Amino acid sequence: MYRSLSIDPDKCTGCLQCEMACSYEYEGVFNPAHSRIKVFTFHQEGRFVPYTCTQCADAWCQHACPVDAIRVDAETGAKEIKENLCVGCKVCTIACPFGTVNYNHDRGKVLKCDLCGGDPACARACPTQAITYVDGDWAGYEKMRAWAARTDNATHA
Amino acid sequence: MRHVIVGRGPAGVVAAETLRAHDRASEVLLIGDEPGPAYSRMAIPYLLARQIREEGTWLRHDTTHFERQRVGQLETRVEALNAESKTLALANGTTLDYDRLLLATGSSPVDPPIEGVDLPRVHHCWTLEDAHHIMESAEAGSRVVLMGAGFIGCIIMEALKLRGVRLTVVEAGDRMVPRMMDQVAGNLIKQWCIDQGIEVCTSTRITRIEPGDEGLWLHCEPGEPMQADLVVVATGVRPNVGFLQESGVEIGNGIRVDAHQRSSVDDVYAAGDVCEGASWQGGRGVHAIQPMAVETARVAALNMVGREATHVGSLDMNVLDTLGLISVSYGQWMGVEGGDSASLLDERSGRYVKLRFDGDHLIGGITLGITEHVGALRGLIQSRRHLGVWKKHLMENPTRFMEAWVSTVP
Repeated sequence: MYRSLSIDPDKCTGCLQCEMACSYEYEGVFNPAHSRIKVFTFHQEGRFVPYTCTQCADAWCQHACPVDAIRVDAETGAKEIKENLCVGCKVCTIACPFGTVNYNHDRGKVLKCDLCGGDPACARACPTQAITYVDGDWAGYEKMRAWAARTDNATHA
Repeated sequence: MRHVIVGRGPAGVVAAETLRAHDRASEVLLIGDEPGPAYSRMAIPYLLARQIREEGTWLRHDTTHFERQRVGQLETRVEALNAESKTLALANGTTLDYDRLLLATGSSPVDPPIEGVDLPRVHHCWTLEDAHHIMESAEAGSRVVLMGAGFIGCIIMEALKLRGVRLTVVEAGDRMVPRMMDQVAGNLIKQWCIDQGIEVCTSTRITRIEPGDEGLWLHCEPGEPMQADLVVVATGVRPNVGFLQESGVEIGNGIRVDAHQRSSVDDVYAAGDVCEGASWQGGRGVHAIQPMAVETARVAALNMVGREATHVGSLDMNVLDTLGLISVSYGQWMGVEGGDSASLLDERSGRYVKLRFDGDHLIGGITLGITEHVGALRGLIQSRRHLGVWKKHLMENPTRFMEAWVSTVP
């Protein structure tokens, strides 16, 4: 059983430590703009919602890639971009219905969460346990995965 | 049991892998008429731009992949299908039996009906062979005319510019990428290209190409004739169905398939650019796009091994990089009668978003200059999610589509 990121928006204070940690992990700088996890702020409701890739069991991005550049890590189950193979065509960014694969202009490649190889920096950085790394069945994202199966697309059922 | 797949593009390859994953025993044979390993046409622009080598276009990088999957490969052309005897006539003079057949023959460029399109130095940009022809002719300083500012025309523009050519684009429509961009976005892309030093002639047709002492002469309507060392023709594609004329397989704009990707003939399936199937938002059509090619291929393959799978229809979606300006379109971006529309243009940052609604559902959209979270538009459209209060927020500010997505997770 793979572990998954579990996100509990009710515990999120909007501190953006996760975005900082993610940016530092990948880019070596503390810049939320470079983060692969994003905290969405809904001021009127006073709500903060961290959001990133759900690592779908049957991944749209992976199927859509025309050059075999998205691979499954055998240990974590994460769908990872192989930068040496990615040509930057961006088809995965429109195929992913969660909006969590993004194109990076500077690199000419796409970026997505890869669970940091099994020790996600966002979960480590989160001071309120809004983001935790837990056994797969338990993840809050299971709900979204179930939704994914209903996205009017039987190939992913 | 022998599964035969005709066509070695993304649909053919994904179907072969899906067949093998669900059927360890049967024979799986993949037929293609181009030499070398199976490759992706999507990657050709990056080859032209010298960003990758030919290996970078391969659909599968492990050279033993098909062998390990026990997928046989045959390099030949299929001349005809005899559905009664369940055989294919091959270009090498032999016939091949099948038990179940998948037609994934893709599409081919269409030539405009003008004199001179068959001259030397007039090329399509479709196959690796075409790419090699273009690379030979597109040298620094050479005059290149691109016929057609559609998806393929735009996506190879950067590669041509990086090669240092003097580029002119001629498009019959009144804007660039007319089939995936509205007037505002199409004109912004046009201005962007002009600012990058490219000559753009919209609402212009090339009527005749003739050889001259120093390159080719292109006659235009309206406008003066222009000279070119290389002409790249990118005026559209059409499904490869010619070999099916006598087969009894029903053809509309492509091979007509049902929700299981079955053709009108028993044990013959079709997937990818060659098939005409249901459109996600109703009606039928040919959806010649990468994500739908692989999705229809998987559905076809599952049905071929007896696992019922249905495809609920193809949603149009495109992402295009025109000299670094990225545009996206989804679904019914042109809108439906009685539906609301919201758009926001920020000319300074070169960003544009247009959303189309039917009631409180999102049904389509266009973005320009946006690379973050665009996939959420697909999610919002295909989940048929009720936007509720977010309809109002999006009408006020359509750039907030990702927040709408996150906020309306059930």
